[in-house]
Amino acid sequence: MSEIVIAGVGGQGTVLASKLLAKAALLEGHAVRTAETIGMAQRGGTVLGHVRIARENNYGGARTGSHSDLPLSPLVSAQSADLLIGFEPGETVRALPFVRNGGAVVTAMQTLVPAGAAASSIVQGYNGAAELAYLQGCQTTGRLGSLMVVDGVAACSRLGSFKALNVLLLGAALATGSIELSEQALLAAIDALVKPQFRELNKQALAQGMSLLAAQGDLEETRS
Amino acid sequence: MSRELCMGNQALALGALKAGINVAAGYPGTPSSEILETLDVQVKARGLTALHVEWSTNEKAALELGFGASLAGARALVTMKQVGLNVASDALMTLPYLGVKGGLVLVVADDPGPISSQTEQDTRQFAGFAKVPVLDPSTPEEAHRMIQSAFDLSEWHATPVIVRPSTRICHGAVGLDTSYDYVPHAVSGFERDPRWVIFPRRTYEGHLELLSRLSAIAADFSASPYNALINTHATAPAHQGIVAGGISYAYLHDALLQLDDLASLRLFKCGTPFPFPQTLALQFLEGLREILVFEELEPVLEREFLQLIGRHQLKVKVFGKLSGHANLAGENSVSLIARQVEALYGDNGFAPPLDVTPQTSTGSGSNPAAVAPDLPARAPVLCAGCPHRASFYAVKQALKGRPAVFSGDIGCYTLGNALPLDMVDSCVCMGAGFTVPQGMQWAQPDVLHLGFVGDSTFFASGLTGVVNAVYNQAQVTLCVLDNATTAMTGSQPHPGTGIRLGTHRAAQESTDVAGGESGTNAEGAADGEDAMGAGGATSAADTKGALDIPAVLRALGVRHVAQVDPFDLKAAQEAVREAVSHSGVSAVVFKAPCITVAPPQTRRGVDPGLCSACHKCIREIGCPALIVTSEKKARIDQALCYGCTLCAQLCPTHAIQPLQAAKGGGAA
Ligand code: SF4
Ligand code: SF4
Repeated sequence: MSEIVIAGVGGQGTVLASKLLAKAALLEGHAVRTAETIGMAQRGGTVLGHVRIARENNYGGARTGSHSDLPLSPLVSAQSADLLIGFEPGETVRALPFVRNGGAVVTAMQTLVPAGAAASSIVQGYNGAAELAYLQGCQTTGRLGSLMVVDGVAACSRLGSFKALNVLLLGAALATGSIELSEQALLAAIDALVKPQFRELNKQALAQGMSLLAAQGDLEETRS
Repeated sequence: MSRELCMGNQALALGALKAGINVAAGYPGTPSSEILETLDVQVKARGLTALHVEWSTNEKAALELGFGASLAGARALVTMKQVGLNVASDALMTLPYLGVKGGLVLVVADDPGPISSQTEQDTRQFAGFAKVPVLDPSTPEEAHRMIQSAFDLSEWHATPVIVRPSTRICHGAVGLDTSYDYVPHAVSGFERDPRWVIFPRRTYEGHLELLSRLSAIAADFSASPYNALINTHATAPAHQGIVAGGISYAYLHDALLQLDDLASLRLFKCGTPFPFPQTLALQFLEGLREILVFEELEPVLEREFLQLIGRHQLKVKVFGKLSGHANLAGENSVSLIARQVEALYGDNGFAPPLDVTPQTSTGSGSNPAAVAPDLPARAPVLCAGCPHRASFYAVKQALKGRPAVFSGDIGCYTLGNALPLDMVDSCVCMGAGFTVPQGMQWAQPDVLHLGFVGDSTFFASGLTGVVNAVYNQAQVTLCVLDNATTAMTGSQPHPGTGIRLGTHRAAQESTDVAGGESGTNAEGAADGEDAMGAGGATSAADTKGALDIPAVLRALGVRHVAQVDPFDLKAAQEAVREAVSHSGVSAVVFKAPCITVAPPQTRRGVDPGLCSACHKCIREIGCPALIVTSEKKARIDQALCYGCTLCAQLCPTHAIQPLQAAKGGGAA
């Protein structure tokens, strides 16, 4: 059983990220349940994707009439996520209560300043430093088993597209070993779900994300 | 067998295809919209010419049309969200009296939370009021089976049937075998019969008929595979039971996986809340002294149990919403249910409840090293480049300093209420944006009254309000925000676009008009179509049969009708000033496409040399692409900017200029 929460802001491509995870899990023969935020809340609001993967076929299939050990809820419960992938530091912290003690977090470093805040308070204190410090504190105390901070802007600039942050973060999470899926399965999921003209970009993003782990130490130093 | 990730709405659509539906109609509404969109994709992909799929102008039209198809002996599916049932209720209330011929199934999606709705109404309760059987799925795969059963049930008992998924069913996904054979139901044709015409005498007979039909269905439901008694062989203490319906059953199931000693509890999973399966419920109650009921929204099952227990004078205590032992409003969850079960039945040796504080990140003692920082609130906002922002801004500027009230309506444009626009003073329901200002105007004539209605809403529920204003000569200005799509629910076409679903729709498969890297602010980032694709985006390609909004307004008797491009700020302001000075009903149509159906224009950038750091652009329009640099100058986020030009038009120093490449990558 692996439980993953994906947290971001409407427009960041969280839905595709969770679809890719779910598709890869299906391709590997696992059972999957997911839930997404869709609709008005998406317009620049907080979006959460839930992905629950279990190692059995026939996940909750025909057995709703009896008690099986396979979960039926599409949502990850509080303090049960093995992995949280955050697309924005504030959203990562907001979703932290989903993570189980000792769980893993992969988060993008850069903040997205809410539109309302930009309009109402010209001086913005929100730069993600406090959020990342808090996450690091969580790791120090053992609340988190692992934390990886990704410089999404640098990596996306190298890729030449800011739309690939989602798959980049998936790659980073995959490299940490906190997703029990193979790279092949995720590549196959990209083939299955992404339009031909974007496949190459997404595969590069996955590879780029996977290669970031080694450089994590440097990234943490350059943050702020 | 091909196992695909399927959203509940896709599972419902595939189930309906397996049932051989002939006609499918609905009106978009989150979380129901993907059902018809999936059918549309399937009709085109598989060439299912025997199936008619349409977006109707509103839910009432869709249901009446579905009934017409049923009268002709066809199987008809009608989809809507819960508040759509309010619109369709005029027809719904009468249909059970008449009965149906071909299977007539409504999917009405409820939205506990609510996540994107104006009410937390419960369709199970509405079904009871209308005397229509309702099925309540606990998982997407169960929804898939239920909709097939619903058509059989509808025909066996000659009644409309409602399937009521909630948001987490509609938008939850699961791996599902997506293969199906579409064998259209054989249409028997209409036969004249006096019973199809409602008259008071027929109503009386029909009332008795439908009551006896409901008792028969209740008896059937006691043997339904969608209901289950679980753990009835439990050993002591066997006096406590739990009831759960809909998604709450899934949550309860998972909560019990976390709690020990579940064998001592007896469970009743109820998938058929109305008519209530009393026989099965009585069987469940045998030997029980306490039951705890979990359901979202109204205490429908709880009340049924209270009634049943009262009638049979059983000694069973009922715990639930009415007793304060379950959530009164909003969604249930695994954690909540685990806590509530533990709180009531905890002395049975259950594991202690999880320490859960899902909404806040402070406290909870899990991170003694640091206190979680305060996080910025992230309210939904109009997209960068949204034409509604320009329309509201034009009205606001045009009427600066004059007392005016702005009545809003349901759609993305409700977000015009947020600062800094602050241009929506009220919002009630579809169409009210045109009628509320009329009432206010009769009460308070010395103030300007403007109403705002979107294009899809205009056709769905706005027309009668226009007629009313003209007929009664109200002094109002009616503003139509025409962005060429039904944006908030995922860009569905409407009568103003002329684009239709299904095989009637002209060949224009490239629904992704924006193409390239454009993406949209609404979840378009490097996004792909999945195999089951729910891509109903509108395109400007085929506009045959499109209704012209200014022409409609004129035909309805509005004397002064102007149409402007809201991105021409000067012209738009002038049009507003002129309209409000007109005596009687006036109208302004703000016409510019939503960013989800139009390609981006040349992106704008701020020349830091020219920017005086006055922040007028940021302060006045609230475009999410506009940000402040560390030097306090304005900057435009190139990943978000859609090149609408609004900010450039109001910059006093002309610091905002077009950037050279319109369609390049999103690099900053
Ligand atoms: S042109 Fe200005 S107002 Fe329009 S989307 Fe770009 S930044 Fe926003
Ligand atoms: S989806 Fe379209 S209508 Fe809705 S906020 Fe975005 S641009 Fe505006």
